[in-house]
Amino acid sequence: MTFAAAAFYIFAFAAVASALMVVASKNPVHSVLFLISAFISASGLFVLMGAEYLAMVLVVVYVGAVAVLFLFVVMMLDVDFVEMKQGFLQYLPIGGAIAALVVAELIMVVAAWVFPSDAELALAHPSPTAAETITDPNGPNNIEALGLILYTDYVHYFQIAGIVLLVAMIGAIILTFRTREGVKKQDAVRQIGRKREEGVELVEIGSGQGLS
Amino acid sequence: MEQIWTFLSTRPADQGWIAWLAPTVIQALALIVSLLLAQAFLMYFDRKVWAAVQMRKGPNVVGPFGLLQSFADLLKFVFKEIVIPAGANKTVFILAPVITFVLALVGWAVIPVGPGLVGADINVGILYLFAISSLGVYGVIMGGWASNSKYPFLGSLRSAAQMVSYEVSIGFVIITVLLLVGSLNLSDIVESQSRGGGVLNWHFIPLFPMFVVFFISALAETNRPPFDLPEAESELVAGYQVEYSSTLFLLFMIGELANIVLMCAMMTVLFFGGWHSPIPWAPLETVPVFWFCAKVIFFFFMFAMVKAIVPRYRYDQLMRIGWKIFLPLTLAWVVLVAGAMLMFPGLEAWFQSWRV
Repeated sequence: MTFAAAAFYIFAFAAVASALMVVASKNPVHSVLFLISAFISASGLFVLMGAEYLAMVLVVVYVGAVAVLFLFVVMMLDVDFVEMKQGFLQYLPIGGAIAALVVAELIMVVAAWVFPSDAELALAHPSPTAAETITDPNGPNNIEALGLILYTDYVHYFQIAGIVLLVAMIGAIILTFRTREGVKKQDAVRQIGRKREEGVELVEIGSGQGLS
Repeated sequence: MEQIWTFLSTRPADQGWIAWLAPTVIQALALIVSLLLAQAFLMYFDRKVWAAVQMRKGPNVVGPFGLLQSFADLLKFVFKEIVIPAGANKTVFILAPVITFVLALVGWAVIPVGPGLVGADINVGILYLFAISSLGVYGVIMGGWASNSKYPFLGSLRSAAQMVSYEVSIGFVIITVLLLVGSLNLSDIVESQSRGGGVLNWHFIPLFPMFVVFFISALAETNRPPFDLPEAESELVAGYQVEYSSTLFLLFMIGELANIVLMCAMMTVLFFGGWHSPIPWAPLETVPVFWFCAKVIFFFFMFAMVKAIVPRYRYDQLMRIGWKIFLPLTLAWVVLVAGAMLMFPGLEAWFQSWRV
């Protein structure tokens, strides 16, 4: 077994196992932590495929930002585990039915799948595969190759995706934004702009007189 | 990443696994040991600077001039008892400082300390560093939650929001540098700042505002004063570290320090020409590691001075700076730099003249 194969099995096993634990663990915080472990295993798999840019972006975006917010919310939830477990068996039939349906569909898909031979694959993908790009040091690297496609052929889709995200962001802000009346707020500009003369007054006090 | 890949897949058939992996392992160990040793003295340096600003003597008892103070502290921490609170989530509680420590060291794998002197010269080096530093928040947040106590929890919530906020501006600052360089490889970034002009070619001159933003964001990202709100002792006792003792606390402490030094190294590589000397004179260029270390120590000195001089920020002011000032500023600079590079091809040719 080569090192790459061993690494693949380790990452793949870790990804599947932690994905299972996301569902199986009783503590929701542990679930999120296992989710993070699944993300990191997936990015390891990306590295093995030669897609190092995707791997890093997966870690930065999903682990570094999305999962932190997830953890943030889940930590603050006040979950009553006893109450949560009570209804568990009640949902078992319908959950089991959905699971069986999905499994049956997957089996049908895989059974109908015709794997192309290597010659057919080469015909269908004239572009170099990941392994070939790696062995060619002069070829464009991962990020350059992505940029060359993303900002030329798919530039409109890219911009539309950006606008959709922007709209979603503004929508989320508007939904949660409310102006409250009668709340004392600090005006940072005013606070910073304060001069010494406004706050301090020097008074000359004669001895034995005091300040009236 | 290609290099790792080719490295892993090109094991000569006549070499055993051990003979083949040994040089890499020794390399990594040498880096970690020298890093930890350097940190012991940097800790001492930090305390001495702080003491000098406050007109104290600082550590001066253990060893000559107190040089061995850090080692005495290390022994003290190691020999104490590890106390795990009764309601704590034991696994996560122990995992948190380990994660902080490991992540702080892992980032050093891609930092080039000299020409060719780098653990893994990967193509996405700066992105890797960014990813690693964005993971740093987990040690803090897990430690705070697992302690099952109010102050650590509040501290970890604060730090999660703070570190995520300042990552955004750090990301944009990195992008402005990348636009000038045209590569994500850290060795390339250093090489691009040596176009014959010495200090005049370093990126902190064309990107001075971005350098300032990066420095301040680095302070916030590493929870250093004046942004040490996650562990503000006047409000939260010691934040997420309250329940930690002994070796676990030591791991948090070393991890934080290693993160600070890593940020100093990032500033050196991104803005201050890495291992190049400020004057492009051949005899000076023969000691690249010296220049790198000198620059890192200089930035560490700046960190120490900021800690000594600047009072702590209020939390709402911290968030305001991050989101309302740094984010628009850095975003505008990304657009500005990209536009300038597009509009004046001569500018791009000059900045990327290192590619020959």
